[in-house]
Amino acid sequence: MQVQSLAGAFANPAVDAAHAFRSAMNAMAKPGQVFSLKGATPPAPMSAAAGCLLLTLCDAETPLYLAGELDSQVIRDWITFHTSAPIVAAKQAVFALGTWDDLAPITQFAIGTSEYPDRSTTLIVESDALSPNGATLRGPGIKDTASLSLPEVRTFQQNAALFPLGLDFYFTSGTQVAALPRTTKVNI
Amino acid sequence: MSNYNFAYLDEQTKRMIRRAILKGLAIPGYQVPFASREMPMPYGWGTGGVQVTAATLTPEDRLKVIDQGADDTTNAVSIRKFFEATAGIATTEATQQACIIQTRHRIPEADLREDQILVYQVPIPEPLRFLEPRETETRKMHSLEEYGLMHVKLYEDISQHGAIATSYAYPVKVEGRYVMDPSPIPKFDNPKLEMAAIQLFGAGREQRIYALPPYTKVVSLDFEDYPFVPTKADHTCDMCDAADSYLDEVILDDQGNRMFVCSDTDYCAGRQQAGYVGALGTAIAEDVA
Amino acid sequence: MYVAVKGGERAIENAHAWLAEERRGDCSVTELSVPQIREQLSLAVNRVMVEGSLYDPDLAALAIKQSRGDLIEAIFLIRAYRTTLPRFGSSEPIKTEDMACDRRISATFKDAPGGQVLGPTFDYTHRLLDFKLAAEGADVPAAAVAKPRTDPIPHITEFLNTEGLIQTEIPCDETPPDLTREPMELPTSRELRLQALARGDEGFVLGMAYSTQRGYGRNHAFVGELRIGTVAVEMEIPELGFSIEIGEITLTECDTVNQFTGSKTEPPQFTRGYGLVFGQSERKSISMALVDRALRWKELGEDNLGAAAQDEEFVLSHCDNIQATGFLEHIKLPHYVDFQSELELVRKLRRDAAHPPKCRRLQNEQL
Repeated sequence: MQVQSLAGAFANPAVDAAHAFRSAMNAMAKPGQVFSLKGATPPAPMSAAAGCLLLTLCDAETPLYLAGELDSQVIRDWITFHTSAPIVAAKQAVFALGTWDDLAPITQFAIGTSEYPDRSTTLIVESDALSPNGATLRGPGIKDTASLSLPEVRTFQQNAALFPLGLDFYFTSGTQVAALPRTTKVNI
Repeated sequence: MSNYNFAYLDEQTKRMIRRAILKGLAIPGYQVPFASREMPMPYGWGTGGVQVTAATLTPEDRLKVIDQGADDTTNAVSIRKFFEATAGIATTEATQQACIIQTRHRIPEADLREDQILVYQVPIPEPLRFLEPRETETRKMHSLEEYGLMHVKLYEDISQHGAIATSYAYPVKVEGRYVMDPSPIPKFDNPKLEMAAIQLFGAGREQRIYALPPYTKVVSLDFEDYPFVPTKADHTCDMCDAADSYLDEVILDDQGNRMFVCSDTDYCAGRQQAGYVGALGTAIAEDVA
Repeated sequence: MYVAVKGGERAIENAHAWLAEERRGDCSVTELSVPQIREQLSLAVNRVMVEGSLYDPDLAALAIKQSRGDLIEAIFLIRAYRTTLPRFGSSEPIKTEDMACDRRISATFKDAPGGQVLGPTFDYTHRLLDFKLAAEGADVPAAAVAKPRTDPIPHITEFLNTEGLIQTEIPCDETPPDLTREPMELPTSRELRLQALARGDEGFVLGMAYSTQRGYGRNHAFVGELRIGTVAVEMEIPELGFSIEIGEITLTECDTVNQFTGSKTEPPQFTRGYGLVFGQSERKSISMALVDRALRWKELGEDNLGAAAQDEEFVLSHCDNIQATGFLEHIKLPHYVDFQSELELVRKLRRDAAHPPKCRRLQNEQL
């Protein structure tokens, strides 16, 4: 295991995770707004924000899927050492991490069941810089409308149509995070 | 209590609760099962709310805890002291200054802001529980959006009493999908469920967490010709003269004399400070700045 | 003039101070020590350990002292403490066939290899208050000592097994889920039912078991075996690559042999119930086995007679006495806001009944 894998976690786990969760919760509760997420320095190319999400939310009980360049030995070691999250295939994952292109097709992820819609994957989408413009968003957490630089629109419309089933998304870039729960109605 | 982790719970428990909160926000009104832990206070006394607050607190937060709308009821005092001891956070009675408000059975009168979080203590999260005791059945009903039992109950109330006979824990429909129990708040508080703050609901003994993001559509169940009315006692506050706040009835003597006082102690105190005086109140002498 | 009741914090502090005094009682009476409770109230200690789901006689004794003898309050203390403990791993399944038995009886056979060993039981005592115990300091005469039996004491149900007369339990190497780490999901598995029953309230499980004997669930149970003694607890240490013994615990294990079942294709076989608890806790282990058996009706192809003990959701939702007492006692908390709502509603309904509002035509409601 390389030295890289041992470093880069929260300096003060309880406090840093509390701050990180506040941002993560605000993001999921207020789709379209961009929040700051820092404290972790995971191995490249994982963003600090994605690293914070993994440290705050993942552990031995949350199987994780890594896509594309995010699936490297260095990153696997970092995740194992700091979270013990088992790395699994897409359809067993509780969390999935990758770029939008590498995570496709997102139909490979669990969308929950009618009795347990919460048992769906949360995708962490590594993105280019996030900004509050682009697609128009409406729904819970949004007063009137919001906007977010989503990678596309159609897939999110299809996801929203599955409600109450569906995937939930985080978008991460550097130390920025935004989220799109399945309740958000997206338009161009 | 410095031997305990920040806010008492271990990190693994917090992660489990946090994941449940996030799914709850993504599926408003749906009860997410979570592995509630045994806490140092009894089940039924707010362990769900305490676990949600513990998983949500940051060291910079200012916490307010109320029970029946009051900061000084014994259980609110006990829970506030628990967090002072295990999290070292600042506490406050002022609604406007609180980051997180943990509440039992009331929503504060003052409008809450986008930067605030309201955590409800929930005894029985399942709105259908007293119509159908079996969890195996109620889970199916929610999955099929089959709420006939509830509508029949409301209709029977009207047939028997001429009105819907539910005065608290009045069921609501969230974003047109899940029927939800808003916790035993008086129905007077139901309209406030559409608010700018994040609302989190914790039921420890029943092992469920649910949530409402800001501005979520929450509609109290009713019929077209028997519309929902958020009623309260037909009085004003005898201390601060408020006409729009929920009132406690206080028995004054053996003859049955009574007075009505705002249940929300901070709201009432604030109005009194601002110079409002009710029928039985006394004006507060103004401080010379 | 009305002054809002304040001073909740001071009231709580004073209440706790008075509680501490009541706990101590009359100071001219010697204070109870934790070792005294551990040694001389060991059956209370056993109950607190098993329902607290934590094997530590000293902690259980301390909890009993702190709770002034209220065992459910003591169990609560242990449960809350247990939640804070770090978990290093799981033990190997314990081997009760290797138990060093202090007590071992069977109701199904007059004798069997290993013998009928009465052990330290109340069973045949005459329930007459022994006033000699009121005096202290009397020497307890030593019980007779014999050479310990060293032959193995195989499980009685295994003898029935060799003839194929009793259903075989299907062995499974998967680690069972942990009821205290995952929310209960219904319908549930036998492993989780047994976990819930083991830590369930003794009185509740006893009542449920008794009901099955009186026709609420049609089952005659025989105690195939009851054994009490110590077993080794082993754990595999990953760094070592093999298991080591980390300690010994005392357990009570009960195998019941129940009504046989059979069908057109299956020959009749006896069925089984199982109970396992910490320490010497016979009533609980037997009760557990009876209720376990009653809850197996579905997998055994029996009829649901509608008996409470057959209702998995009913039994498992209500057997945890910490949940039960918490919710029961919470009704002491202020509920005046909701009561106010009810007051207003009742007043209004009575007003409307006395002076009904104009009739309203019910239009088509959406039902």
